[in-house]
Amino acid sequence: MTTTVTVGLGSCGIAAGAGKTYEKIKTFREVEKLDFELRKTSCIGMCYREPLVEITDETGTYLYGDINEDRAVEVIEKHIHQQDPIRDYIVATDLFSAPENDFLEAQVKIVLRNCGFMDPESIEEYEARDGYRAIKKIASEKIKKEEVIQTILQSGLRGRGGGGFLTGMKWKFANANKSPEKYVICNADEGDPGAFMDRSVLEGDPHSVLEGMIIAAYAIEASGGVIYCRAEYPLAIKRLNIALKQAHDKGYLGKNIFGIKGFNLDIYIKEGAGAFVCGEETALIASVEGERGMPRKRPPFPAVSGLWKKPTNINNVETYANVPWIIIHGWEAYAKYGTEKSKGTKVFALAGKIRRSGLVEVPMGMTIGDVIFKLGGGIKNNKRFKAVQLGGPSGGCIPEFLSNTIVDYDSVTATGAIMGSGGMVVMDETTCMVDVAKFFLDFTRKESCGKCTFCRMGTKRMLEILNRITNGQGKEDDIDRLESLAYEIKNNSLCGLGQTAPNPVLTTIKYFRDEYEAHINHRRCPAKVCRPLLTYTVDVEKCTGCMVCLKNCPVKAITGERKKVHFIDQAICTKCGVCYSKCKFESILLS
Amino acid sequence: MRITRINNKKNEQVEIDVDLGLIDPLISKYKGKKGNLIPLLQGAQEMYGFIPKAIFEKLSDETGIPLSDMFGVATFYAQFRLTPVGKNIIKVCHGTACHVQNAKEISESLEETLNVKDGETTEDRFYTLESVACLGCCSLAPVMMIGEQAYGKLTGNEAAKIVKNIKLA
Repeated sequence: MTTTVTVGLGSCGIAAGAGKTYEKIKTFREVEKLDFELRKTSCIGMCYREPLVEITDETGTYLYGDINEDRAVEVIEKHIHQQDPIRDYIVATDLFSAPENDFLEAQVKIVLRNCGFMDPESIEEYEARDGYRAIKKIASEKIKKEEVIQTILQSGLRGRGGGGFLTGMKWKFANANKSPEKYVICNADEGDPGAFMDRSVLEGDPHSVLEGMIIAAYAIEASGGVIYCRAEYPLAIKRLNIALKQAHDKGYLGKNIFGIKGFNLDIYIKEGAGAFVCGEETALIASVEGERGMPRKRPPFPAVSGLWKKPTNINNVETYANVPWIIIHGWEAYAKYGTEKSKGTKVFALAGKIRRSGLVEVPMGMTIGDVIFKLGGGIKNNKRFKAVQLGGPSGGCIPEFLSNTIVDYDSVTATGAIMGSGGMVVMDETTCMVDVAKFFLDFTRKESCGKCTFCRMGTKRMLEILNRITNGQGKEDDIDRLESLAYEIKNNSLCGLGQTAPNPVLTTIKYFRDEYEAHINHRRCPAKVCRPLLTYTVDVEKCTGCMVCLKNCPVKAITGERKKVHFIDQAICTKCGVCYSKCKFESILLS
Repeated sequence: MRITRINNKKNEQVEIDVDLGLIDPLISKYKGKKGNLIPLLQGAQEMYGFIPKAIFEKLSDETGIPLSDMFGVATFYAQFRLTPVGKNIIKVCHGTACHVQNAKEISESLEETLNVKDGETTEDRFYTLESVACLGCCSLAPVMMIGEQAYGKLTGNEAAKIVKNIKLA
């Protein structure tokens, strides 16, 4: 067999320098006249080891990690030329124990079944991996649309965008509303900061999303499709465009597709313009129609009156990517994974203070602690695990003592967080929970569309209180005030953004009340993050008298002579933190 | 609240001479199509780097979309700019993963180095400094992006150094 060398070229990989690695290998192959096939793939999931290079030869498959330009030549030279794999750089292989083997072994890949295994810009490679087999099966076996809906319903697939509504039920409603014009929409407006699951699926396997949409269109008799994708994901849009063109050329989109008479479907991409609220389905529809993306009242639900007032089915990227797999393997195979009420798998984007940040897909029912420690490898720099944030600005923080919580819609909701779309940001002892709550509230305040008073004004008032607390001016009853505002906002907002905006504050108050109290009552930030509550002093043991802090201090609060210990005058210090970040000898102390 | 952005100084319209003819093909492509407003504005911004006042007026004249609707949409979405930008846009990521890994330090260091505030353009129009919600490369946090190139695992000093080096090159 020919040896193949595959380079992971997802956004993360490219940011880490995989493009250069690819070019280097290409040039090296030409110059040395080496005989191997060079392929591209997308996200393999191991973002923390990018750039990744996989070599498959007759002995097996070897995944190399951290392969920059220089190492690329070394690896190709040794492995292919001298047939001597460099064990130190191998991160995963079936052949012997490698440092990241367990990262791959604990996963169940349904949504990510093709990500990292094929060239996302090739429809042939997708078809070789069972691509478009699901819709062909429906066409050749003449499976009725009601049966398709029934299969999806029985599989227990729930909306992966965060809502958790049964996908089959959504399709059933859209199907029940008769109209000559119907639409399917793919929600790819992944606005959660800290989440990149949908981007990875679109970049790594765009055809599976298209196929899912085609099946949905068949089931509800839609003739138009829209993929609403964030403009911040240029690579995803590029690969989707390529996939759409290939599908058109093959006759998989257009008129009477897959030989089903009267099944006409066209799909186009609508680029978002940067508004988090457009992830809400009615706001998304308004945005596709060219309006300001402001949500409207439901009912009527989009299944009754959606895009251009026609029945519309909206699902998230990950939901659609599940569909072809379920049709091919049957609902029983899918429902085998998971818990009673949450079936299948869930993709998570691990980020923050975690050792292995990247993309993982786990069966529902795994504990959050296992995701973080077994897959994620635990906390960076041997710090203590404090909490994990799930669901982005609409979600909440789950503290360490609840790490036995299982991944399942209802169990996560019971903690006060939400499953969300799958962003998992891990926090350690150096993260201040009040600061985190403030960060999310600042985000939702900016992103509130301004329609509902409680969301528009309430988030602003809550942010003012949080700013006051982190500035050391918190008042005694601020926690109560935050809670009562939070409930008002939850109860009186029209859309999901407002209804969930207070969650980060409520969960941090619930689990980390002591931190709020330390800020308010003792003017102290236990995690040493909130600058106005810190005191900066010079460590007399470590200070070398280099005068860097002295020169950079904007208020001239630091005095001292060259090669003599400096001194910070607390009466003048404005606690800006410049001395701390400029000092090269770690001799500025925080307390 | 998104509406406050209308009052922001950075959204004040600036009179600048632009070649109005450039946009004609775009108008003929989208004229009369439903839901065309956002693609029109996106296309215009791609051409000019921002949306000049004269373009708003021309688009409105030729498509019949009221100016108020256009302005309403342009100020709602974070993507649209009403003032010219620098040659290079520095996007400093302030997503959750970057935030907990001190993205603030990156922004502050760049503000100091370039002597501009967030959202502003340097006097020589070489750089525009922006904070963005999430660039999606959370594993490299904290991250900034200049043009198409992402720079990861930064410190304040490193970010300042990168920016200085690009300008010298």
